[in-house]
Amino acid sequence: MFARFSLMTTQVPGEALVSLKAVNKHYGQLHVLKDINLNVRKGEVVVVIGPSGSGKSTLCRAINRLETIDDGKIAIDGKELPEEGKELAKLRADVGMVFQSFNLFAHKTILENVTLGPIKVKGVPKAQADKDAMALLERVGVGHQAPKLPAQLSGGQQQRVAIARALAMKPKVMLFDEPTSALDPEMINEVLDVMIQLAKEGMTMIVVTHEMGFARKAADRVVFMADGQIVEDATPEEFFTNPQSNRAKDFLSKLLTH
Amino acid sequence: MDVIIENLPLYWEGFLRTLFLSAVSGVIALLLGTVLAAARVSPVAALRGFSMTYVEILRNTPLTIAFFFAAIVLPRLGVKFEQFEVAAIIALSAYTAAFIAEAVRSGVNSVPVGQAEAARSIGMKFGQVLSLIILPQALRTVIPPLINILIALVKNSSVAGAFFVLELFGYGRQLANSNGDQVLAVLLGVAFFYLLITVPLGILASTVERKVAIAR
Repeated sequence: MFARFSLMTTQVPGEALVSLKAVNKHYGQLHVLKDINLNVRKGEVVVVIGPSGSGKSTLCRAINRLETIDDGKIAIDGKELPEEGKELAKLRADVGMVFQSFNLFAHKTILENVTLGPIKVKGVPKAQADKDAMALLERVGVGHQAPKLPAQLSGGQQQRVAIARALAMKPKVMLFDEPTSALDPEMINEVLDVMIQLAKEGMTMIVVTHEMGFARKAADRVVFMADGQIVEDATPEEFFTNPQSNRAKDFLSKLLTH
Repeated sequence: MDVIIENLPLYWEGFLRTLFLSAVSGVIALLLGTVLAAARVSPVAALRGFSMTYVEILRNTPLTIAFFFAAIVLPRLGVKFEQFEVAAIIALSAYTAAFIAEAVRSGVNSVPVGQAEAARSIGMKFGQVLSLIILPQALRTVIPPLINILIALVKNSSVAGAFFVLELFGYGRQLANSNGDQVLAVLLGVAFFYLLITVPLGILASTVERKVAIAR
């Protein structure tokens, strides 16, 4: 407790909570991440947009090392990502991740999905974990579904449970990898509402999405990626009204004509 | 058929020995096979290599070689045992574990990779991901093939009869020798007692398959 407290206070205000320096990654011949530099401060909401195959999902997954990188440095709260093992597991516990395909544990109930991490990773007593999990499930609006299995819930409900599962670890930062792309249109808003609420409460978030409405409403910064590079990094206002690059102009015009 | 009735106690004794051999070897093989499967999917290259080599060798050589090795080579290497039965259990479980490892591995691969990614992203270590998330889901799909392997094990245990272990087949051979005129009846009796173990296992397989299916 004490060690943790002193660690938090020694952090210089405004220092990057997530920092990527000169990150490169290849899939065989394909150069998916080209010299990526990105800093995300505490409390910031960064939305990453771009055409398919631009490397935005890979970028998101690299931040908690679900994808390895070829070179460069990724650090979370000043600590560089360690090799696979105990240390990495510890660090991942501080980084919440929400996937496109929800990935709820199919053999566990909704409640167990949320309590498993706190109980098994953090050693929280079961009674306490259950109580916290129920509060989180209520908060995302699926409290009454607690005893069900994931397959019995709609996509939107599952994704909200997935957000609750990540929040249960009390993460320093939340990563969202296209959280609404697998959802039916009428379920997208219920997930976005939860995310907007989270952003308002000051959670540090990196969100890969195609939802421009969310970017406008909740983002502090929009990062536009194309062909593995960060092409623009601006406020939503600047980006949507006055994009600098032709690539971004082209991308936005295609979106808006629909 | 008289020969079966007259020798029922002998059959029964053989049946129990076969049941014992199969049960003990089955439990050891299940444990060893699961460990081998875990090694096969682990991030440590040496473990993967060991598991793969083990499985390929045991799976691709006849069971009798495993028996010869356990009964003759092991004692020369200093592993002594009082009864041949121990050698039979070693051979049967070592051989069967290779098949179980393969079945469990295919079950592990049948669990969507997102399940492991989600588990890792909430901070679980490799062992926890495997034991809490992957194996419980893998075992459900693996139970029917596992039971098939156990059925094969029950039948394979008859090889022990050739290595001086008195089990169902061993007693059957004795009876056939001493009742030369009723070999057919003797063998039918042996077959019947094997079916007494294997048929319920098959029924169990289909029941379990229906019960544990998980919805995705």
